[in-house]
Amino acid sequence: MRGVFNQALLEIAKNDDRIFMVLADIGYGEIEPFAEAFPDRFFNVGVAEQNMTGVACGIAMEGNIAITYSIANFPTLRCLEQIRNDACYHNVNVKIVIIGGGLSYGALGMSHQATEDIAIMRSLPNMVVVAPCDFAEAIAATHAMIAHDGPLYYRCGYKKEPAIHKKAIDFKLGRAIQVRDGTDAAIIFTGTIGNQAAAVAEELEKDGIHCRLISMHTVKPLDKECVIAAAKETGGIITLEEHNASGGLGGAVAEALLDAGVQPKKFLRLAIPDCYVSLVGSHEWLLDQYGLSAPKIEASVRRLLAA
Amino acid sequence: MQVTETWVEQCSRLATTIRSHCLRMTHHGKSGHVGSMLSMAEILAVLYERILRVDPARPKWPERDRLILSKGHGGGALYAVLAEHGFFPREWLMTYYCDEGKLMGHISHHVPGVEFSTGSLGHGLPVAVGMAIAARYRSQKHKIYCIVSDGDINEGSTWEAIFFAAQHHLDNLTVILDYNKVQALGFTKDVLDLEPLTEKLTSSHWSVREVDGHKVLELEKALSSAPFEPGKPSWVTAHTIKGKGVSFMENTVACHYGSVNDEQLAQALNELGVH
Repeated sequence: MRGVFNQALLEIAKNDDRIFMVLADIGYGEIEPFAEAFPDRFFNVGVAEQNMTGVACGIAMEGNIAITYSIANFPTLRCLEQIRNDACYHNVNVKIVIIGGGLSYGALGMSHQATEDIAIMRSLPNMVVVAPCDFAEAIAATHAMIAHDGPLYYRCGYKKEPAIHKKAIDFKLGRAIQVRDGTDAAIIFTGTIGNQAAAVAEELEKDGIHCRLISMHTVKPLDKECVIAAAKETGGIITLEEHNASGGLGGAVAEALLDAGVQPKKFLRLAIPDCYVSLVGSHEWLLDQYGLSAPKIEASVRRLLAA
Repeated sequence: MQVTETWVEQCSRLATTIRSHCLRMTHHGKSGHVGSMLSMAEILAVLYERILRVDPARPKWPERDRLILSKGHGGGALYAVLAEHGFFPREWLMTYYCDEGKLMGHISHHVPGVEFSTGSLGHGLPVAVGMAIAARYRSQKHKIYCIVSDGDINEGSTWEAIFFAAQHHLDNLTVILDYNKVQALGFTKDVLDLEPLTEKLTSSHWSVREVDGHKVLELEKALSSAPFEPGKPSWVTAHTIKGKGVSFMENTVACHYGSVNDEQLAQALNELGVH
């Protein structure tokens, strides 16, 4: 997905000279085409994320669109105050892109697991939070990111994620995309963990359990109508995210339902438990350890519906 | 015969006016940081009287020079000079730090003439650097100025920006250090010694000049000659005195957070020759 993102951005930047990339010595093998095409709109600040974000804000204050780009927690947590005070408070076009949220970096370890980013970013006023699930969403989200006026957080996948959407999508920030319909349960996911959700829905379908599958690519602003409809029209809601259980998609969905006075028939948040990832292993292995592999998700959904 | 005031006298008078406003504002609002305001009165007076190309009638004029006050806690002094220059009514000053006030304690971009909000140190210079890059990219001629404090230079983010600005030869950028040598809990030499600062900056490829930050002639001469060297960002170290102009405040740690009571206000204004 990161390649798809970079290609889409490159194409957009050819026709929009307001677009700058400001990065902190990360992006080897991906960002070179932008750097070569637009050397005067490309800045590697070195390993200095606070300055990266401040510089991006200064560029954006002058009517430009500045994209900060790095992996994991580096462009968010390390420079959170710059994001809050500089970019969000001044409500300027700083777009924060991370490659590889959740457990993507596998055995690289805890420093590289972005597991609180969605909760933290969505708590910032003016910030939009986006996590595309496949290439089609990634391309559409890149266009939407540039078109949106204001700060935006884009959680980009790291690998060759398979397509979840089988047909053309109508992507709008703040409007979820229904991947498949069903009324026995609704699985609401955000980001590339949607692959597991799609596999689970396929398996359950074989047993006549019809799941509504919803890609909540924009966690903020949340598509509340979609969430409320899912609560009213299905046998229960399962939220699925590659993120700490605190404050992420599951929290956002629960807030929306409680605020609306709508109680789902059943409710389950599938997420990483409230811990740091100290286990050592591949992305897939870690997902399984935390109950986020397709078989473990499927078992959780079956337990919920049987309860 | 009518005696025309020289620009030096004008600047000095404006600096005194800034100080008197700051004392009254912090007294009325019962707020702190007055010492940090008093130390940069001449810096602001010279910038607004002699250096900055700004227009109170058009605060967002695209060709204006940009000034970022990174030491946002001293914002009262910037509010004072902006009011004196007609960016907003002088009456707003007495709402500083008050309920339903127009002016919050730290500098706010919601106020006409204020380029950028700060309050947490180490934020101003990176943003100024970004503005300098944007101006150069579009071949714009305006300049970018950033006022920093001793405390700002404690912050790693400021040094990140120092290295980066030199790497990219941003000679449309000038930093002014209000070097009053006192920070919140003590003297800078005792907390985190910045010296030898000029050597640090010149070895980081900045062009540096040191001036007496309370002498308007010296300030004007340095600021009007930036960039000091083509291809290098400029740095003016303005040696100042915390709490300048008020005897019981000068060079004291207490005046960082302190404000004045009724009696002290009267004495301070008397010492400034303001009544």
